[in-house]
Amino acid sequence: MGFISSFRDNLGAWINKIFKKKRAKIGLYGPPNAGKTTLANRILKDWSGEGTFGTVSAVPHETRRAMRKEGLIINANGSTIELDIVDTPGMATKIDFKEFMAFGLSEAESKKRAKEATEGVIEAIKWLDDLDGILLVMDSSEDPYTQVNVTVIGNMEARKLPLLIVANKMDLPNASPSRIKDAFPQHAVVQISALEGSNIDNLYQAIATHFG
Amino acid sequence: MILMREVHMDLISEEKLENMTSMEKIRLILDKVKKGKIVVLESGLTPDEEVRLIEMTMTEIRVDEFSGIEIETYPSKKGGSFLDKIFGKTLKGRMTVIGPANQIHTIEKDKYQISTKVSLGD
Repeated sequence: MGFISSFRDNLGAWINKIFKKKRAKIGLYGPPNAGKTTLANRILKDWSGEGTFGTVSAVPHETRRAMRKEGLIINANGSTIELDIVDTPGMATKIDFKEFMAFGLSEAESKKRAKEATEGVIEAIKWLDDLDGILLVMDSSEDPYTQVNVTVIGNMEARKLPLLIVANKMDLPNASPSRIKDAFPQHAVVQISALEGSNIDNLYQAIATHFG
Repeated sequence: MILMREVHMDLISEEKLENMTSMEKIRLILDKVKKGKIVVLESGLTPDEEVRLIEMTMTEIRVDEFSGIEIETYPSKKGGSFLDKIFGKTLKGRMTVIGPANQIHTIEKDKYQISTKVSLGD
C-alpha cells in the first residue's frame, strides 16, 4: 500500500515536472472586510466559471469557516499553476459582540456571530501550518500597519513561505496602495479591485510567478 | 476631592522573557491583560508566539468580561543580514505593547512609532 501510494506520488510529481505544471495550496488571509471572499469568488469565477466561495457582506466576520476549492488551473505569463485556494475567516485580536449590533443584528445573533468569529480566527491560524503560500489581502483605504498584517507577514517570513500582498479596494477614492508598499517594502504588492476586477490580470501573473 | 484613577503597566525585560517558554509568556500576558494591566515586552514575541497568543485570546473571549487584546509591535526589520540568512537565524521580536481591547486604542502607527491611547476602566 505504501509502495503504491509512494509510486503514485512520484509519478504525479514526474508528470508535473515534465509538463511544467506546478501545484500550490494558497490561503487568502487578512483582517475582516479586506475583501478576501470577494477576491476568492472572482478567482473562482475567472478560472472555473462557476460557484462561489461564500457570501459577501459589509458586516465583519461574514466568513466564519475556511472554504477550500481544489484544482483551479491558472494560466498566466506563459506558465501554468494549479492552485488549491483556501478562503479563511478574517483574523482579529479582539471580537466584541456589540460591534455586530451596530450593523443591526439582534443581541442574540450578535453573540452567536461573535462566538463563531472567534472559532473562525482559530481556524485561520490552524490553516497557516498547512499552506504553501498566502495572498495577504489588505484594504488600500485603511491603515496597513495593523497587527494582523504584521503578524501574518512575520509568520510567513519565519516559515520562509512565499507571500504576495494584495492591495485591494483600489476603486475607493481614498485608496492608497503606495502606503502599503511603503509599510512592507520587502514584499511584492499588487494593487487591484476585486469588486470591479481591475488589474486582476496583473495579480494572476504575479501568482504564476510567485507561487509557480 | 479629586479621584485619581490609575493605569497599571508592567514592563517586562528581555532577560525575563528569555528564560520563559512560549506558553509561559502567553499565560503571563493574558493573565495580566485580563486583570486590566498594560504589558510592554522589551523584546517582544516571535511571530509564532504572536499567533499562538491570538489563538489563546480567542479561546478566552467571554461576553461582557473579556473582548480580546490590542497588541502593537513594529513590522519586522527589512531582510536581515546575508549571514543571518545563511545560518537560518530567526527574526527577533521587537518591542511590543499589549492591553485589554476595551482600554487600549492605537491612534497611529508607522515603521518608527506607535501612539496609543489608554482609557481608564470603569
